[in-house]
Amino acid sequence: MARPASPATGPHRSDKRAELLLGALASVVLVLIAGMVVFVLAKAWPSFSHNGLAWFGSGGNVDTQLIDIFNSPANPDKYEYTFHAWPLLYATALVTLGAVIVGLTFALFAAIFIVEFAPNRLRAVLEPVVRLLAAVPSVIYGLIGILVLVPFVGNHLISQGRKESVAYVVQLSGNSLAVAVVILTVMITPIMIALIVDALRTVPRSWTEGAHALGANRWRVVWTIAVRAARPAIVGACVLATARALGEAIMLSMVSGSVGFAPNPLDGLTFFVEPVRPLAATIVDNAEGLSVKPLGQTLYAFAAVLLISSLFLSLGAWLVRQPMKRYGVRP
Amino acid sequence: MEAATARVPAARPLESGWRRSDRLFVGLCWATGILLCLIAGSLVLYMLFRGLQYVSVDLLTTHPVSDLDQSKTGGFLDPLIGTVILAVMGTLIALPLGVGAAVWLTEYGRPAWLARSVESGIEMVAGTPSIVLAIFGLLLFSQQFLSFLSFTASGNAVFGRSFFAAGAMMSLIALPLIFGATRAALQAIPSHVREASYALGKTKAATIRRVLLPMSREGMATGTALGMGRIAGDTAIVVILLGATLRLQGVGDEPVLSTLRGTGSTLTSYVYNNSPAGEGNAPDKAYAAAFVLLMVVIALNFGIDLFTSRRARRA
Repeated sequence: MARPASPATGPHRSDKRAELLLGALASVVLVLIAGMVVFVLAKAWPSFSHNGLAWFGSGGNVDTQLIDIFNSPANPDKYEYTFHAWPLLYATALVTLGAVIVGLTFALFAAIFIVEFAPNRLRAVLEPVVRLLAAVPSVIYGLIGILVLVPFVGNHLISQGRKESVAYVVQLSGNSLAVAVVILTVMITPIMIALIVDALRTVPRSWTEGAHALGANRWRVVWTIAVRAARPAIVGACVLATARALGEAIMLSMVSGSVGFAPNPLDGLTFFVEPVRPLAATIVDNAEGLSVKPLGQTLYAFAAVLLISSLFLSLGAWLVRQPMKRYGVRP
Repeated sequence: MEAATARVPAARPLESGWRRSDRLFVGLCWATGILLCLIAGSLVLYMLFRGLQYVSVDLLTTHPVSDLDQSKTGGFLDPLIGTVILAVMGTLIALPLGVGAAVWLTEYGRPAWLARSVESGIEMVAGTPSIVLAIFGLLLFSQQFLSFLSFTASGNAVFGRSFFAAGAMMSLIALPLIFGATRAALQAIPSHVREASYALGKTKAATIRRVLLPMSREGMATGTALGMGRIAGDTAIVVILLGATLRLQGVGDEPVLSTLRGTGSTLTSYVYNNSPAGEGNAPDKAYAAAFVLLMVVIALNFGIDLFTSRRARRA
């Protein structure tokens, strides 16, 4: 936007001071971020350096590895660090991708409905509904999940035979991948809907009117013109939702089962009711062990992985928004 | 206009071009819209049902007690106070930072590279998971030079968990919201307003203070309310940085400072601890606290609407 020129008298001394003060306030944020990245990476380093690339690989049972690290001897030279995070990373990816893919489909249809097809009265209800769903604290979603959905899945949807079929590897209690994905979808979809609605509304009227004039029906116009023009914003919405899903800790630690188990897609339907243990939830589960030095360092390594991935996501969102600026469509 | 509609035989020919797949997709749109309403409706009604079942005035005014029997665990006065303290503290820290950054970015914004990095920096803060903020805060406030903000154990180890620590990290959650709302409000002020102020001989600093900030007050208020709502709803920072002790436990003797330096809990951590995932396992209390929390969050998110729309109507 065009910035009006300074007063004709030239910059005043109080102006200079105000600029410096406000600039300093703004830069505090940058210092904080830099500090955060450096602090967390430095604290996490021992866990990475002891395991090398094997940190990201699989091997052994994650839960027992965490317990061993927690119980490692007091002598700093004999700290236990062996850790293979694959089941946790895999669980994080499964839960996040599942929720984002399901959520995107829903969000796309819901946003199109709000912008194009909803009758005015329903639209007036839907917009606060989206805001409400986005505002509900994660712990409330978690509470409903653990007290309502998990027992329902555990008692009614998993048959006794299915429980026995995998009893020698893992217990199926209802704390499961499916419940985690469903609740996470409900949590992140409203964010996507809000962003996609905003983008669809900024699509120039002349474009859609032109398509109407060519004889396309309302659905074709929305789908081929509006949604296509809003594609960068849709990707941006996905990125934000992914960041939110990656970092969700409390709700997932309540409903995901907290068992370091890597669900196997070859198990068929059982796959969906197997428990998982995402990274962020593991940090919360082990919050009391943060003061035990080696376990603390391992947990900071999780945080470092989350931090780096969310930094890359922000970068991705920024890259995605560049082409949008060229067409003058603001997010 | 009327002539045009008369010549084109209504919208009929367009409607006739609906393929079966088009109809299916429009049907899906309706289905998702209605599903959304159903989910929100059942969520609110279920919480309302549980809330009315378990909430009582006693719960709101008695201190929590640790007990295995659910009926003897008292109320959640302390968590309620904790939520209020954290929300106020978080926004008090975030407000000057967010407003300052927004004003600097829209009114000065030089050098350009710094402006761009501040902008993306705040975006990064918004994208950082709160659990990462929480354990970063623990690391920061366990440093010796910040020991005056929390409890120091006998071995000279700094505990790093206090209202100060949690409030400071909570402010980072509210910051992007306050920044975004203030910036949008500032950008909406037309530039002739600024020019009129300069024409009267006001300096830029005076213009900001006397003209621009008062005009963007509503945006700031919206951002602050949203930020408070987000703070009230965050759990990870409380669980890790506030110690999540059942009652407010002060450190030291000064009346207010001791509480702020001490540990406590909020409604969110109370819900978490009383759910089957936590130690308390008192689902009735968890439902009651969750209901109160939901009401607080809804009030913060929608209350500001009433306020601004009433002012708009009066103006």
